[in-house]
Amino acid sequence: MKRFLSGDEAFAEGVRLARPQVISAYPITPQTVVVERLSEMVEDGSLDAEYLHVESEHTALSAAMGASATGVRTFTATSSQGLLYMAEVLTYAAGGRFPIVMMNANRATALPWNIYGDQRDSLALLDHGWIQAYAEDNQEALDLALMSFAIAEDPRVSTPFMVNLDGFALTHTYEAIDVPTQEQADAFLPPYVTTNKFDFQNPVNMGYSAGPEFNPYYKYYEHLDMNAAAEVIDQAETAFAQVMGRSYPGMIEAVDCDDADVVLVTLGSITGLARFVAADLRERGAKVGVLKIRYMRPFPGDMIASALEGAKAVGVLEKDVSFGAEGTVFTNVCSALQQAGLAVPAVNFVGGLGGSNISAAQMHGMFAALQERADGQDMKRVQFLGIDSVADELGGDFAQEDAGSAPGDADSEGEVR
Amino acid sequence: MAVNAKNITNDEFFYGHKACAGCGGSLVVRQALKVLGPKTVCALPAGCMSAVGFNFPQLCFANNAMITPFAATAAVLGGIRAGLRAQGLDPAEYQVVGFAGDGGTADIGLQALSGAIDRNDDIIYICYDNEAYMNTGIQKSSLTPFGAKTTTTPAGRNAHGCLTNKKSLFEVVAAHGIPYAATASIGYLNDFIRKVERASQIRGTKYIHVIAPCPTGWGHGVDATVDIAKDVVDCGLWYLAEYEGEQVCGRTGGKFTLNRNPKEFTSVERYLRSQGRFRALTDEEVALVQAGRDAKWEQMRRDWA
Repeated sequence: MKRFLSGDEAFAEGVRLARPQVISAYPITPQTVVVERLSEMVEDGSLDAEYLHVESEHTALSAAMGASATGVRTFTATSSQGLLYMAEVLTYAAGGRFPIVMMNANRATALPWNIYGDQRDSLALLDHGWIQAYAEDNQEALDLALMSFAIAEDPRVSTPFMVNLDGFALTHTYEAIDVPTQEQADAFLPPYVTTNKFDFQNPVNMGYSAGPEFNPYYKYYEHLDMNAAAEVIDQAETAFAQVMGRSYPGMIEAVDCDDADVVLVTLGSITGLARFVAADLRERGAKVGVLKIRYMRPFPGDMIASALEGAKAVGVLEKDVSFGAEGTVFTNVCSALQQAGLAVPAVNFVGGLGGSNISAAQMHGMFAALQERADGQDMKRVQFLGIDSVADELGGDFAQEDAGSAPGDADSEGEVR
Repeated sequence: MAVNAKNITNDEFFYGHKACAGCGGSLVVRQALKVLGPKTVCALPAGCMSAVGFNFPQLCFANNAMITPFAATAAVLGGIRAGLRAQGLDPAEYQVVGFAGDGGTADIGLQALSGAIDRNDDIIYICYDNEAYMNTGIQKSSLTPFGAKTTTTPAGRNAHGCLTNKKSLFEVVAAHGIPYAATASIGYLNDFIRKVERASQIRGTKYIHVIAPCPTGWGHGVDATVDIAKDVVDCGLWYLAEYEGEQVCGRTGGKFTLNRNPKEFTSVERYLRSQGRFRALTDEEVALVQAGRDAKWEQMRRDWA
């Protein structure tokens, strides 16, 4: 059934359909709507779950971990500082192999204080042992809510799962969404069954200490099982397509990359604008492509390198920077290129920080800059959009067009629809 | 028949651990689990008892048990209870208990404890109070008493140990309107056992604050732990009390009970001088401690007796 839902609402619907048994909830903008909707679903009986009103994000994830240790399906949600506040618990949940699903509304991190969307929160925590997926739109968000449980809880994986939605761009923007029926959801997602839980016949000690002689093995298997998620993701998407009739392309989506001279790599909702501008450029004969990364962990490095093979310049656009180095997505992509032996020049576009806009003109400018880079033009390796990026000048010619034809803009004739 | 020191089970639920000789905290865990039995789930944060009991492959709990983040004892307990309830397991039959030290409770874990009481999560929270961060090597917590030497409140020329008074956490907890809270001492075993059993029979959040001397940190003999735990009650620097919330006792604002109200106290000075940690205290400072005791008892006798 089609419904008009914000990203937060769509995700809450997906969580409802997944039948979590315990939800721990703490508000933070722009995630709050998720826990509000879930509380309403529990109140009206459309969701049969224990709902814990906790007093902090640290407790939100700690309580989810305690619940998961009893063998039930658990969910929590957060954003930004809240995610950072629970950071130490992320490693507990991952090391304890508790397949908790958490939605994170991507939002800037303080200071300066800022509630708008960028991706510095989750990207700062890539090393904490969680699967990380990034939604492009609200339909993908809802579908990831369902698929995340299937992937995290698979016994080959048994690893917690963070689904990232761009703050406001997705969480507070409404789209027409196909909401599966409960029958469809149940057909796709079976109840959670695990041996990683308390047992009253044969009691277990969980989450203990392990010294230097054992500790490396725990970390080794954590790494192997995270990598094993790659295959499970494919299987989950195949099963999802069979039940829902809607398919996903795996851990990356390569748009027109096969014959592309230049490719822009994206993460999250900005992919929509990249697709739009790339399609426009293709119509004019430019060989451009877009590579959308859907999963940052496990990192699909081989797939990315394979999709980028043949490109003469690669750009990585991300709402993130690791101060004193470069964007973290860029680092990961460059590592994949290097391992594949691809000596393609790469440029890092850092944009959208603190919710700042990335315009269609800038998108054109980035593709133009990459074309120049492909032609041998030297340029700064890390560029901040709107501040010191060549994309700002190169996109200038498209500024007029930008006002008229960017997605979502009002009709140029001024009609009211 | 109520559980007491004579009829308590010979089954052990916490053994094979490597606590220091004379450890008071390990007695708390041992006795409490004997009362609560095998259908109990335990959660312990970073601290002495998890450090001595949870070392793979030497795992010392015969119950289901797990480690929690330091600040998250009460949070994990609440999650465990929610998970058991979601599976229809009766809270009267399946107990959920946490054992956290004074730092893990009164300092870093206080927010989570307060949240659990607010939700009235059906858990038993036991604070084994050895009056400092003993696991990390004897640093001051907010439950370290005035005058105690720790490795962060040294006794030197300018200061004689801890300059602050012990936080009255029992009353902080009671002020939440918790269904049941109690203080105890491992020197008064029957009283402690009775309180654990009582806690297991009440639905909602329960809190027991039990004094557990630490020979390593307090500077007393390893065979003196139980005697010191008795003496701290007998000299009046600790007290045995209970609080029942309105929902249990039926009285608006709840009810405090003083379980032990001696006519005469034993010597505060003797108690303090029997431990290395108070060695630097002057006679004037000992008199200050005693005056503090008298003021506290005046209030307790007025309001709780």
